[in-house]
Amino acid sequence: MKSTVPAESGEVLKPPLTESGILGWIKHNLFNGYFNSILTILILLVAWQLIPPFIRWTFIDSVWNTTGEACREIKGACWSIVPANLRLVIFGFYPADQQWRPLLAMIMLVGLLLYSKNRKHWKKRLLYFWLLGLFSMGMLMGGGYFGLVPVESAKWSGLPLTLMLSFFGMVAAYPLGVVLALGRRSKLMGIRSLCVVYIEMIRGVPLISLLFMSSIMFPLFLPKELNFDKILRAQAAIILFTAAYIAEVVRGGLQAIDKGQYEAAESIGLNYFQSMRLIILPQALKIVIPPSVGILISAFKDTSLVVIIALYDLLNTSKSVLANPEWMGGSTEIYIFVALIYFVFCYLMSSYSRRLEVELEYKTD
Amino acid sequence: MSSQDAKQANKVFFWYDPVKRGIIYQVLTLLTVGLVGYYLFTNVQANLERQSIATGFGFLEKESSFEIGESLIEYSSADTYARALLVGVLNTLKVSFVGIVLTVILGVFIGIARLSSNWLVSKIASAYIELFQNIPILLQLFFFYALFYEVFPSPRQALNPLGGVFVTNRGIVFGVPAAHEAHGYMQAAFVVGCVIVFFLNRWARNRQARTGQTFPVLYSAAGIIVGLPLLVWVLFGAPTAMNVPKLAGFNFEGGVNLSPEFGALLFGLVLYTAAFVAEIVRAGIQSIEKGQTEAAMSIGLRPAQVMKLVILPQALRVIVPPLTSQMLNLTKNSSLAVAIGFPDFVAVAGTSINQTGQAIEGVAMIMMVYLTFSLSTSAFMNWYNKRIALIER
Repeated sequence: MKSTVPAESGEVLKPPLTESGILGWIKHNLFNGYFNSILTILILLVAWQLIPPFIRWTFIDSVWNTTGEACREIKGACWSIVPANLRLVIFGFYPADQQWRPLLAMIMLVGLLLYSKNRKHWKKRLLYFWLLGLFSMGMLMGGGYFGLVPVESAKWSGLPLTLMLSFFGMVAAYPLGVVLALGRRSKLMGIRSLCVVYIEMIRGVPLISLLFMSSIMFPLFLPKELNFDKILRAQAAIILFTAAYIAEVVRGGLQAIDKGQYEAAESIGLNYFQSMRLIILPQALKIVIPPSVGILISAFKDTSLVVIIALYDLLNTSKSVLANPEWMGGSTEIYIFVALIYFVFCYLMSSYSRRLEVELEYKTD
Repeated sequence: MSSQDAKQANKVFFWYDPVKRGIIYQVLTLLTVGLVGYYLFTNVQANLERQSIATGFGFLEKESSFEIGESLIEYSSADTYARALLVGVLNTLKVSFVGIVLTVILGVFIGIARLSSNWLVSKIASAYIELFQNIPILLQLFFFYALFYEVFPSPRQALNPLGGVFVTNRGIVFGVPAAHEAHGYMQAAFVVGCVIVFFLNRWARNRQARTGQTFPVLYSAAGIIVGLPLLVWVLFGAPTAMNVPKLAGFNFEGGVNLSPEFGALLFGLVLYTAAFVAEIVRAGIQSIEKGQTEAAMSIGLRPAQVMKLVILPQALRVIVPPLTSQMLNLTKNSSLAVAIGFPDFVAVAGTSINQTGQAIEGVAMIMMVYLTFSLSTSAFMNWYNKRIALIER
């Protein structure tokens, strides 16, 4: 086909300077309309007031490696509090010569997490890896075997305790949550109402009331010969709490499965347990992975509540730094440091969950 | 033939009958739960006897003999435990109510900012959401509490950002109108105004349905609700005397003092929950297709009407259920007050437990109070959902 446009006039006109490139971007995204222009200018004015002093406080006037006394002289941030107390904040009261053990356990956990990130690895094997991993992490922390010096759990603290409470809690709560979700969807009245009462009751009360229960009521519930330590009891409370939230998420997944799947499973002669195990749950659990990551994030944040029953998790070890007279004024700096740790963990998990959601959605389409 | 079939079916071993099997499962489950419950109960009895702890709620009548920092009602250490706990409940309700109002305002604001076409505004909103969602609320509370104590000056060097407002490490003190008999009548006028507006709205809706004539409800409602109390105020001679805080000794006297505990708790709860509310609002607004706006405009509705009649009813259906659960979360999170020393219900109950040793009653009361909050909220939610549910063909 012949072109109807003469070749000479094929000269391409560039768009005007104000419509393309950086200028165009600024015009379209910052100064489109009066209202937005005013907003942009206001924000820039406020930023001009706030950001330079903040940078001055954080970087220019700050000290990074001094003693606590030196910090009182300066105007900026006293970041020295972080390196000087890093061991206490991260590992808490774990014996210093055995510190490699929680470190190794944390590296194992991160390795497991990185391995589980890949969807290709989502097989039954992964479950065994997790069980094995968590079990060996517990052994590593507790010791008493293979020539490891036993370390009583009262000394477990800092970041390893936070990670243990949240991840071990999540893994232990998941089966319970699935059972509760199945129970809530059961046709049997007795079982269903039992599960509904449990789920609604737990979701209706704050975690802190369960932690109170674990710290002051569990000892009353058990015979006096049987006595768990405080960390285990708090772990039990976190498991019971998380399970109710997992149950609701899993129930959403079960409801999303097409009714035909249930009927098909029945029609080929599978009984209830077989059809759940082989047909329904594998599909339902895959759907609920993104919201489950959400629950993991809240569990991770919620473990900080054990501060209230005087366990030394990451938040409490950093608080205990402030009890040292040398570092008393450094609460802002140490809290910012701890907030950064929490933020990095939660942000990575939440952005992973969002990406996963998108990927899984595309896959089913 | 059919009777033969029935006979055949009757011969089936009862284990293969789904109905009977179901009953067996349920009986077994309930039996197990009952046995475990009984076991725990006997343990509790044995333990309580061994430690000689009293049982029952008799302690509620006894003298509490502890002070509570701030209270909405008259309270002293000579009052009973019951009254102390009531103070706690009221404090919980106070911080939750103020918190919820501020959270909704801030959350809606940030949610809309997140969708702004201004790149800066939208990025700042999303940075806010990420930052506050991903840091534990307890850490935020500690941070704000420490900020109050370490960064803000003592009353003698109080910051004075606005006239009559003083920021110190003993709290934020600000002036309020001095007590006057007009205030009670103004409150009454406000309530009367609300009632009038309720009936006005109903009348206007009915009239529009009958005759098609519209009535400017929004403006007249605003006029009545603001105007009536204002009228009462003028009738009482427009008292303008203010109760302004003054430095006396080491602290301020007069005015209203927002304690550091309350301030930090409110700040933390509002900033944390608003991040979640913002995401809910954003999702709600985004869930309405653009076609809805265009269709509404094409039948000649004005922008305000499009918002009120088409967009909001649909967006609210998406927004309200998660929003109420966030409000409930805020109420439950207010129990973290115990960590920074604000006397909410959990803190007061905790003190009572420590003094009486009656842990079971104390924890049971904590759970009952929060369960009441959440069950009444979910009852409201069910009612609301029924009211706004889509009537499907």
